[in-house]
Amino acid sequence: MSEQDNPRREFLRKTLTLIPVVTVASTGLGGSVLMATPDAQAAPVAAPPVAASGPAYEPTYFTAEEWAFVNAAVARLIPADEQGPGALEAGVPEYIDRQMNTPYASGALWFMQGPFNADAAPEMGWQSKLVPKQIYRLGIAATEELCKKAYNSTFAGLDSATRDEVLKQLEAGTPKFDSVPAKMFFSFLLQNTKEGFFCDPIHGGNKGMIGWTMIGFPGARADFMDWVERNEQYPFPAVSIRGERA
Amino acid sequence: MSTVMKKVDAVIVGFGWTGAIMAKELTEAGLNVVALERGPMQDTYPDGNYPQVIDELTYSVRKKLFQDVSKETVTIRHSVNDVALPNRQLGAFLPGNGVGGAGLHWSGVHFRVDPIELRMRSHYEERYGKNFIPKDMTIQDFGVSYEELEPFFDYAEKVFGTSGQAWTVNGQRVGEGKGGNPYAPDRSDHFPLVSQKNTYSAQLFQKAANEVGYKPYNLPSANTSGPYTNPYGAQMGPCNFCGFCSGYVCYMYSKASPNVNILPALKPLPNFELRPNAHVIRVNLDSTKTKATGVTYIDALGREIEQQADLVILGAFQFHNVRLMLLSGIGKPYDPKTGEGVVGKNFAYQNMGTIKAYFDKDVHTNNFIGAGGNGVAIDDFNADNFDHGPHGFVGGSPMWVNQAGSRPIAGTSNPPGTPAWGSAWKRATADYYTHQVSMDAHGAHQSYRGNYLDLDPVYRDAYGQPLLRMTFDWQENDIKMNRFMMEKMGKIAEAMNPKAIARIGKQVGDHFNTSSYQTTHLNGGAIMGTNPKTSALNRYLQSWDVHNVFVPGASAFPQGLGYNPTGLVAALTYWSARAIREQYLKNPGPLVQA
Ligand SMILES: Cc1cc2nc3c(=O)[nH]c(=O)nc-3n(C[C@H](O)[C@H](O)[C@H](O)COP(=O)(O)OP(=O)(O)OC[C@H]3O[C@@H](n4cnc5c(N)ncnc54)[C@H](O)[C@@H]3O)c2cc1C
Ligand code: SF4
Repeated sequence: MSEQDNPRREFLRKTLTLIPVVTVASTGLGGSVLMATPDAQAAPVAAPPVAASGPAYEPTYFTAEEWAFVNAAVARLIPADEQGPGALEAGVPEYIDRQMNTPYASGALWFMQGPFNADAAPEMGWQSKLVPKQIYRLGIAATEELCKKAYNSTFAGLDSATRDEVLKQLEAGTPKFDSVPAKMFFSFLLQNTKEGFFCDPIHGGNKGMIGWTMIGFPGARADFMDWVERNEQYPFPAVSIRGERA
Repeated sequence: MSTVMKKVDAVIVGFGWTGAIMAKELTEAGLNVVALERGPMQDTYPDGNYPQVIDELTYSVRKKLFQDVSKETVTIRHSVNDVALPNRQLGAFLPGNGVGGAGLHWSGVHFRVDPIELRMRSHYEERYGKNFIPKDMTIQDFGVSYEELEPFFDYAEKVFGTSGQAWTVNGQRVGEGKGGNPYAPDRSDHFPLVSQKNTYSAQLFQKAANEVGYKPYNLPSANTSGPYTNPYGAQMGPCNFCGFCSGYVCYMYSKASPNVNILPALKPLPNFELRPNAHVIRVNLDSTKTKATGVTYIDALGREIEQQADLVILGAFQFHNVRLMLLSGIGKPYDPKTGEGVVGKNFAYQNMGTIKAYFDKDVHTNNFIGAGGNGVAIDDFNADNFDHGPHGFVGGSPMWVNQAGSRPIAGTSNPPGTPAWGSAWKRATADYYTHQVSMDAHGAHQSYRGNYLDLDPVYRDAYGQPLLRMTFDWQENDIKMNRFMMEKMGKIAEAMNPKAIARIGKQVGDHFNTSSYQTTHLNGGAIMGTNPKTSALNRYLQSWDVHNVFVPGASAFPQGLGYNPTGLVAALTYWSARAIREQYLKNPGPLVQA
């Protein structure tokens, strides 16, 4: 089997050393355990990135190559570090893949009648004909081409520092892709990554309520009558819509 | 060929705040009323079901409850020299959709009005002279006074179950030291409920504002501070500061909405029918063009249906009201070149400024706690509560901390200079999410000759009708005022002694940004007044041209207010309904002679 045929395995092999020890089961206590020992986690240790519970998520929209890119990119946008687990551990790739099958990703929530003026000033808001599904497909392909030219590697094959460098270029809009503005692609990638890190787990991200625990958001508790006036840290961990507790 | 429905006494277009109030008033008068709402049926159950409703992605981020712009939106351009482009994704404003309208998912800051803002032009001319008002500024008087509206403000607060603290009641001072607003006009009664509790962030604002020498007060909010039963028998339970307020259906029956506060009283009535999924495409006029015969709408199956009625109420929200008038040929369209015509004229908005203050970890603002209408404000720079003379701009701004609840996807913010991703972003987000105070200068916005509404020549909605076109940009007066307010509010932020401050105001040369949220407080376009040459409606919200069409909503405001609009929108709707009940029905025809 060539590397092309199984890039996911290839990806896992290459990223083994980048993944921290914390494996967070989708209903587990991982997040709060982590928060309780914030400084002890400084050195990430090798461990499989896939949560111990259940089989790995199989993408339904992204191809294997795209899936490798998404995994490698979100792992840099919200990295696992001394602060705690990051986007990979939160299941952000799964979240983004699942979003690709919603009306949002095909632009069905937007006014999409032409004529389009893609060169309008940013104050005019969204004026592109592209929809998120296409933006990912085109943006990933263009970024992969860039990586191949500049580094003779896939994006996922690059070390962390170089991946950050590529992402910064996309953020600044430096590469002039024909198919999709680099900045636009990056803004979707970043926005959707944050969504996947902070959404309710019902959407496939924020597994173990990692994102919420990191910042002290109590999730679906939504009842603070006795806490309104206090200058105190809110003591209870997050709960999710499905009733999981962090 | 459209199907023709049995004629009714009154048809109401839209079932948000104005539609619901009119429906209640007109059914009380004994009329047969049909309300047509373009969106679906919505109510606390099932749309506000806990815990499903506690879902930031679905509601705040994917904007489930707001207008479906895939079907209908507006186009926007900055000046007559530009080509307008469609507002393809919701951004600057979030109009409602479905039963309850924006009233189902608003925040609930529930103000009256500063009396001088009802006679804006007269007041400024009297105090500062005619030349003080810039040439192209088209501000006008409403044609109705605070004293005339007071009973209707009072009644609306009782219907909404509003929490707040009066300053004076019938001239007696009652609010000193209790959170009353010394700048508030006199009231005939107390608020139905005492003020809500104040979040820690609001307490910090209060303390800092006092230190700087301002006069902080509790925001009046249509979120309940305790259990309440309104005059219609609708029951509300106390708000628990769930933090999923603005943009969400309240699962606690604590936020006033047409659905909670009015619909239960309408439902059992034999003379009322609510028809959801009914998108009105025009008001039909008879051959004289001075009388409406009813409306035509498209139902859920795409059928064209005509509903005949003696009385037509447009309660479709500010810009939809204006669009329906333009589509139906009610009133003369405004022409910015000549300044003539009235429909579309004086389109105004809000002039917001925001400051965020970031603190150390010993200041627990717990920003996930919050209620949409709650907070602490100052009016020292609102309306004309200070001398505008030396500053050279028109308009004022209340300032406040209104912690409505901020959630992690859209509600985190970090000190200026923090990267947008990576470990540094992560650390800052963890450090600051529950340790920051956000405050707003909720500035009034004036009307200008060049800011107006008409029909777009290019883009159409899902039913083939032209979209509404907004021609709108910030003017010199707006930037001047915004900078002044940002500086004054900055003093409050600085007095809080934060670690860092972010200032989000307007700079010279800034254009209106259609993609970043300001408020959904859009005004004008079908303004009320005393002269049919300069207003589309008379002082009872009756069309000057088509006497059986009444148009309640902020479309009637000749310019924007410092306060949030809905308190005045509701009071004006009750005022208009009273005129219909007591004068119009007895003798249908113009209530004011042109
Ligand atoms: C997120 C948010 C927060 C807000 N917070 C505040 C606040 O704190 N304080 C405040 O004072 N105001 C606030 N507002 C504004 C407030 O919601 C509006 O002022 C108020 O709802 C206006 O009432 P209305 O009846 O004019 O319009 P709506 O309540 O919006 O109702 C209009 C209805 O008409 C329907 N409609 C439109 N076109 C048609 C058509 N062609 N055919 C049939 N039906 C149609 C719409 O679907 C809608 O249901 C907020 C608004 C939003 C969106
Ligand atoms: S904050 Fe209060 S009023 Fe708002 S939705 Fe929650 S419980 Fe209801």
